[in-house]
Amino acid sequence: MKGPGFIRPREAEGAVQAALSSRQKVKMRIVSILLLLMIALLARPAAAFDANAVSALVFGDGEEQVAAIAALVADGDARAAKVLEALAQGELKSSGKRILIVRGGTATDALSGEVLPAVPADSEEIIANNRLRRELAGGIAALKLVSPDRNTRLAAAKELSGGADAAMLPLVTKALDREGDPAIKAMLEMIVAAMEIKSSDRELRFAAIRRLASSGSRETKTLLLGVLEKKDGAWVETDADLRAEAEKSLRAVEGKLVWGERVGLAFAGISLGSILLLAALGLAITYGLMGVINMAHGELIMIGAYTTYFVQNLFKLHAPGAFDWYLLCAVPPAFIVAACVGMLLERGVIRFLYGRPLETLLATWGISLVLIQAVRTVFGAQNVQVENPAWMSGGVEILSNVVLPYSRIVIVAFVAVVLVCMWLLLTHTRLGLFVRGVTQNRAMASCVGVPTGRVDTMAFGLGCGIAGLAGCALSQIGNVGPDLGQSYIVDSFMVVVLGGVGQLAGTVYAALGLGFANKLLESWSGAVLAKIVVLAFIIIFIQKRPQGLFALKGRSVET
Amino acid sequence: MNRRNFVRTLGMSAAITACFASSFAFAQAKTVKVGIMHSLSGTMAISETVLKDVALMAIDEINAKGGVMGAKIEPVVVDPASNWPLFAEKARQLLTQDKVAVTFGCWTSVSRKSVLPVFEELNGLLFYPVQYEGEELSKNVFYTGAAPNQQAIPAVEYLMSKDGGGAKRFVLLGTDYVYPRTTNKILRAFLKSKGVADKDIDEKYTPFGHADYQTIVADIKKFSAGGKTAVISTINGDSNVPFYKELGNQGLKATDVPVVAFSVGEEELRGVDTKPLVGHLAAWNYFMSVKNPSNDAFKAKWAAYAKAKKLPGADKPLTNDPMEATYIGIYMWKQAVEKAKTFDVDKVITAVGGQTFTAPSGFPVKMDEKNHHLHKPVLIGEVKADGQFNVVWKTKGPIKAQPWSPFIAGNDKKKDQPDGKTKI
Repeated sequence: MKGPGFIRPREAEGAVQAALSSRQKVKMRIVSILLLLMIALLARPAAAFDANAVSALVFGDGEEQVAAIAALVADGDARAAKVLEALAQGELKSSGKRILIVRGGTATDALSGEVLPAVPADSEEIIANNRLRRELAGGIAALKLVSPDRNTRLAAAKELSGGADAAMLPLVTKALDREGDPAIKAMLEMIVAAMEIKSSDRELRFAAIRRLASSGSRETKTLLLGVLEKKDGAWVETDADLRAEAEKSLRAVEGKLVWGERVGLAFAGISLGSILLLAALGLAITYGLMGVINMAHGELIMIGAYTTYFVQNLFKLHAPGAFDWYLLCAVPPAFIVAACVGMLLERGVIRFLYGRPLETLLATWGISLVLIQAVRTVFGAQNVQVENPAWMSGGVEILSNVVLPYSRIVIVAFVAVVLVCMWLLLTHTRLGLFVRGVTQNRAMASCVGVPTGRVDTMAFGLGCGIAGLAGCALSQIGNVGPDLGQSYIVDSFMVVVLGGVGQLAGTVYAALGLGFANKLLESWSGAVLAKIVVLAFIIIFIQKRPQGLFALKGRSVET
Repeated sequence: MNRRNFVRTLGMSAAITACFASSFAFAQAKTVKVGIMHSLSGTMAISETVLKDVALMAIDEINAKGGVMGAKIEPVVVDPASNWPLFAEKARQLLTQDKVAVTFGCWTSVSRKSVLPVFEELNGLLFYPVQYEGEELSKNVFYTGAAPNQQAIPAVEYLMSKDGGGAKRFVLLGTDYVYPRTTNKILRAFLKSKGVADKDIDEKYTPFGHADYQTIVADIKKFSAGGKTAVISTINGDSNVPFYKELGNQGLKATDVPVVAFSVGEEELRGVDTKPLVGHLAAWNYFMSVKNPSNDAFKAKWAAYAKAKKLPGADKPLTNDPMEATYIGIYMWKQAVEKAKTFDVDKVITAVGGQTFTAPSGFPVKMDEKNHHLHKPVLIGEVKADGQFNVVWKTKGPIKAQPWSPFIAGNDKKKDQPDGKTKI
């Protein structure tokens, strides 16, 4: 069947070089293919698939298993690849002396390929530990390097970049010769260099070390550090020139890694800042603009998170197919539920306490305890599970040592959207105008006909709704439990006070600033000390500048 | 006292004795109170709630078979809410108001340290079911969890072995309190004795309930560039969920940097997507996946109990090491009471030493005659995609606990049994 496919290009070639008889060439080809096929058929039972290696893989101890993997990979047989993949997937089982691949309820004999009528009752899973799994991943990747599919090859090359076994050098060099894609080729070259660094040929080692300088991965640093290792005060590597070269390459690699670390740190700062901002935004309205010290703010965040949990369960129960989208559907309910609770609070309690901050503080503190206990009674005291949708797990690799998790990227984007919406609402709508008017001068606003009472309720509801949104987002990265709010209330007040009461922009700067400061300190001094230092800084700052970063200017505000 | 009075008194006391005797005869009427003190709310609730449930299950089981020495057990459940000083208050309440014969409780070492003076002052009896850092030996406490040499040290030895990946550098990561600090002190000394230099050990702590592990995971990545690295995690409570989530999201795989945890079991992994965590390790004395008849029975009992009581998560009943230890503790207490033929604390304490029990781990575990700790097997498991553990290494048999770790200076002079002095 393959004949014509082979012949056509050959004939075209023949037409160009008219000197040789094309027909003769074709004949020779066909004959040689036939010969090859015959050889392959004859050789099949004897070579290619090493049954001993397979049984060593299944029944041997750690060392034997590793050797068996190397042997099977060197074979390059398709059946060997199947066995290796089955082991990696946990589908390889043993039943007495028999080795089976069990997939989807059907058992196939790994050696003979015979399909068994049923999975034997005594079949036991062959367990691969970390070491074996690493070898397996490397071996399978090496076999896939010659795959016709570009993405498979790319994934395989990526896998091998994590450190390949020296025994795979011939396989990788072979793949390198055939590789056409420049990106994969570059990766393969790095892999070869990483293996040749341990070669016995001095020139080859020099070349390898030089080539590794252009890499920016952690594994390369480990390799180069290996060359520069000292044992009992003496260099392990005796060749001083080689060491100097390695030193140079190491500096180049480290230079790249440092960039990765900086980017990672910056992102961590932004991410923490965005979380602080989200938690504090609602408070910026209720406390910042309206002046209500709302100690139940954290619990409104918690209510948002529980609403998300509730929506998630609804999806699990009624629409498991659309589970990935539950989070988007949970956003409006989280806002609405928290806002309703907030408005109830305002109408029922806080309304009567305007202008009496101490009483407000106590009353809302009590309410927060009531809310915690209510949730505990309804949902139980234990944390509940909020699963990430599939599109929020994992991350994007922007540099070899920096992976930005999708969940955090989504939250940063979400905060930006919420911030813009809130800004538009406050500056471009009638409600926003009323809110600003009432907070700046209540009596005057009332005189010109603004229904101050209703505006208060709406504004408080808005702040609480935003707290609900924060809960929805926080449920994706932290734990959801009745005490969720307690851990955010202090941070939220910290951000609002630091930013300057009554200032949205101040809140944004303060949140991002605190996020960065916290992460920077954390990388220097550890998480525990970082928290202490940040709190101490805020105390000093507030003493020196009680109005916060950005003070409200002008003649407004009651005292 | 004249004769008539004497006769009357005699008659009355006879009547009273008869009353008591009859109440002894009707065993059903007699009960003994037992305290259960686990956090059912707060950061530790994730781990401790099931211990309360398994204790109640064991008590139900014992009561169904006639109770202890004919007395039905009446559990008194209190919730100290992950609040360490509250533990001491609740302990005092159990001992003075409820007058419990024994208490099963605590998870974190800080909570145990908090109740210890109370138990010593009021001569109570506590069974503590969780692996801990050692450095303590109280007459009033029996430790059914592992001491460092029954968990931490074998785990580190495994990581250094060829099968465990041959780690050369270690990140010691923990929650900031007494258990991680002491364990890491022991581990540091142990690693040094194995020739690991100080620059190859990175010790890090986070507060309770810490939720942002971005920098820490990034730091682990950076540290791992210096050579084959393993992380030894003593993170406790619900912080584990964000930590493992971050590990998975940042793509740090177990084949590169394995994390071995001492406080993460089947229950803690319940809320986590375990697919990115496959291959990370845990060291315990029991795993749910252990195959043997006594474990099968234990799992079946728990599944039936969880279903009957409609416990949260009953659709996927899980067992773990501290649950096993709680279960062992309750039965050892029962056996000791039956041996001592009294609920008197001092007599029961003497009787607990030397008790044996066929544990769900498949090994006959024994309470040491002297040092109040169990002889337990050590198992090391790797996380599977379904949240269970594959046992990749285990000791040949139970090993004796060393509450005073030889890796802490001065411990060689300490006696391997309670010396009667208070430990606080």
